[in-house]
Amino acid sequence: MDLTRREVAAPRAPLGGGGGRGGGRSDGRSVWVRLGLMAVPAAFFAVFFGYPVAAIVGRGLREGGHWQFARVGQVLGDPDVLHVLWFSLWQAAASTGLTLALALPGCYVFARLDFPGKRLLRAVATVPFVLPTVVVGSAFLALAGRGGLLDEWFGVRLDTSVWAILLAHVFLNYAVVLRTVGGLWAQLDPRQEEAARVLGAGRLSAWRRVTLPALAPSLGAAALIVFLFTFTSFGVIQVLGGPRYATLEVEIYRQTATLLDLPAAAVLTLTQFAAVAALLAVHAWSVRKRESALSLVPADSTAHRPSGAAQWAALYGVLVPTLLLLLAPLGVLVERALNGPDGYGFAFFRALSAQSDSATFVVAPAAAIGNSLAYAAVATLIALLVGGLAAAALTRRAGRLVRGFDALLMLPLGTSAVTVGFGFLIALDEPPLDLRSSWILVPLAQALVGVPFVVRTMLPVLRAVDVRLREAAAVLGASPLRAWREVDFPLVRRALLIAAGFAFAVSLGEFGATVFIARPDRPTLPMAVARLLGRAGEMNYGQAMALSTILMLVCAATLLALERVRTDSAGEF
Amino acid sequence: MLRLDEVTVRFGDRTALDAVGLDVAERETVCVLGPSGSGKSTLLRVVAGLQRADSGRVLLSGRDQAGVPPHKRGVGLMFQDHQLFPQRDVGGNVAFGLRMHGMGRSAARARVAELLALVGLPGAERRAVTTLSGGEQQRVALARALAPRPRLLMLDEPLGQLDRSLRERLVVELRGLFHRLGTTVLAVTHDQGEAFALADRVVVMRDGRVAQTGTPLAVWQRPASEFVARFLGFDNVVPATVRADAAETAWGKVALPAGTSPDADRVLIRPTGVRLTGPGEGLRCTVEARSFRGGSGSSVTVLLRPESGPALEAACSLREAPEEGAEVGALFDPAEVVPLAG
Repeated sequence: MDLTRREVAAPRAPLGGGGGRGGGRSDGRSVWVRLGLMAVPAAFFAVFFGYPVAAIVGRGLREGGHWQFARVGQVLGDPDVLHVLWFSLWQAAASTGLTLALALPGCYVFARLDFPGKRLLRAVATVPFVLPTVVVGSAFLALAGRGGLLDEWFGVRLDTSVWAILLAHVFLNYAVVLRTVGGLWAQLDPRQEEAARVLGAGRLSAWRRVTLPALAPSLGAAALIVFLFTFTSFGVIQVLGGPRYATLEVEIYRQTATLLDLPAAAVLTLTQFAAVAALLAVHAWSVRKRESALSLVPADSTAHRPSGAAQWAALYGVLVPTLLLLLAPLGVLVERALNGPDGYGFAFFRALSAQSDSATFVVAPAAAIGNSLAYAAVATLIALLVGGLAAAALTRRAGRLVRGFDALLMLPLGTSAVTVGFGFLIALDEPPLDLRSSWILVPLAQALVGVPFVVRTMLPVLRAVDVRLREAAAVLGASPLRAWREVDFPLVRRALLIAAGFAFAVSLGEFGATVFIARPDRPTLPMAVARLLGRAGEMNYGQAMALSTILMLVCAATLLALERVRTDSAGEF
Repeated sequence: MLRLDEVTVRFGDRTALDAVGLDVAERETVCVLGPSGSGKSTLLRVVAGLQRADSGRVLLSGRDQAGVPPHKRGVGLMFQDHQLFPQRDVGGNVAFGLRMHGMGRSAARARVAELLALVGLPGAERRAVTTLSGGEQQRVALARALAPRPRLLMLDEPLGQLDRSLRERLVVELRGLFHRLGTTVLAVTHDQGEAFALADRVVVMRDGRVAQTGTPLAVWQRPASEFVARFLGFDNVVPATVRADAAETAWGKVALPAGTSPDADRVLIRPTGVRLTGPGEGLRCTVEARSFRGGSGSSVTVLLRPESGPALEAACSLREAPEEGAEVGALFDPAEVVPLAG
């Protein structure tokens, strides 16, 4: 999740002679190659993103062949809608502020101090990020909801207040800040700060005048990403929001799925779209600003063992609350899953494989595990293909077209997943694209969310491959294709694995779109959890916790496997 | 072997190579010498096919290379910073070109061992390239470039990043190696010492044009222009009016070597040709600074401020060097005076 670093590590131009390096063969040809590489991702996004979103907007705003723009005013003038919009904005701002405030000290500790178990802790801190939001919601429900741990011990319930939502958002996004800001911080040359100290700046003043400005762009990027994620939050709010709190995303879901008011949903989708587009424009602008030279050094050379009482205090003062925040919800989740009607045991887990007699499930909840894994595997393959081609096309940063394409690829992250899911249903239901009853619909929707992660992971690595390595291979007799296979591929393979892992975890947890298009007899894990939570009774609740635990374990295992292959040089996420 | 014919390369409105012509004969070592930005690296890239020429021809063994991609030119190029493949070990790097040319596994292994022995790193096959020192990387890069037996080996600032003593040792080794192997070599460098030690012939470049070509000795003794003279480190250049066997300069009348062309409009006086005497004799100067150069001759460079004309450098031994601020007279040795044109 290091959103900033690689931008500054572009291959250095050789000294001496000649300018335009890498412009070996005719530029006309490379433009065609680039356009060719873009064709598949562009077509994918047009058909499976643009078309469904356009279809649902059209369906909502057109009547009798005429655009009904008056609807826009009607819907946006509705006080309830304004309330939802206001809540979406302020909770996102509050979540972002809270996440930054809690994660920044963590960034310092992880960047500048050495302590045993650091790698493991960093991995643990990233687990929440890949957890399905529904699972996070249910974990916070188990921690702070009715009959939750805090309720039992202290009589404190947070699920009726907005705090549960905010804390869940911090929990989810802590790693975004830690990876983005902390990753850069670890690479900042400490001697810059030392130079300021020697010139007479105090410790704090040196940090404020030297380190903070260097971190500012990555802080901005991290804040933006967190804001984006929390602004469009769905699963967490579905579980924790109750009747009082709804984001735009939740409201869109309610309007389409419950109230069947498509025009209202369309207007809300457009509203969210506009907000996200504005945010992404800011992001693109800040990325460009970030491409400035920083004095970077290998991350492992900047950390040292804590010395002095102040640093030890900082270490414990940061690690203990962080661990508490990150581990408590997960721990409680597992505890609730094991705490069955007859004491601790696997009763809820066993119940998962039993055929329910109710109408909630056509199949046993355990079947959702197999469904989810299969869907996520296919979605990962699609995301790797589309994202890999897009990243290859974007490797050479040049021109407005490429930058626009780059921003376009990020769009699904901020677009209402609910809209996409519903759009799939109404847009892809007639020949030649009649996929309504096809299983491939679910992986396609999940891949949409996975692609941005693949691109963000692959791109910096691809860009970091020195063109002169390719040239060295060419001079030694390797054809362009052979040079790619021999030089680029081995360097990129690692990033490819990491991208695959993230795409897999994200697909596994995708909820907003999947909830619309997965067939009732083939539910995914997050859907099964949501359904179980939606029903009363201790058995259902316990099964939801058990299923969430399984999902958490699968995601955590994926991530820990990744942490073994990842190096600091790989990727932005 | 290699012929460049009026090769021109432009980057936007900057001309990196301006109608450059160059010949490299079989088994010859040619060194292109020039300051950074003079187009040296571009020259190598054009020959390797990594950079398209806007006009002109590149011929290898008499065949025009237009449209021939880099991997089919059969030349070797050692990059400025080596560009070893980081994910392969030393053996994998050296064997790369052999694999690309379809050499069998066991033959390749033998050739790799042979080359590593040749560059002084026997048995280093399994080492990771990231653990190598600069000099070792250098040797591996050389072995990698030599492995497929290129008809022309090109070296881009071959020793640029190494420390002085290592550089001096490697230059001698390289020259011996190229002679033994009979390799045709085209190298570029900004370091005159390196070029003179390595090359049979030196080509001095300036702003994308060839400023002078010749043997190291000829270029050193007879720089063709003020630019070449200054690039070689000679700063005692002064405008002159040439008459028969002497020249009128701001430093007074300077005797010229016999056979000086009347086109010359300035003269270079080598520091070793400036002899210091008492203030009553020759050009009257004040000693402005002196810097100790070290070396086996314990030489000192003395910076003089003459009563007329630009500053003058004189080389003398430590024992003879005057103190700063002293008044001295300067006499010029005609054998060390070089007339220059332009």
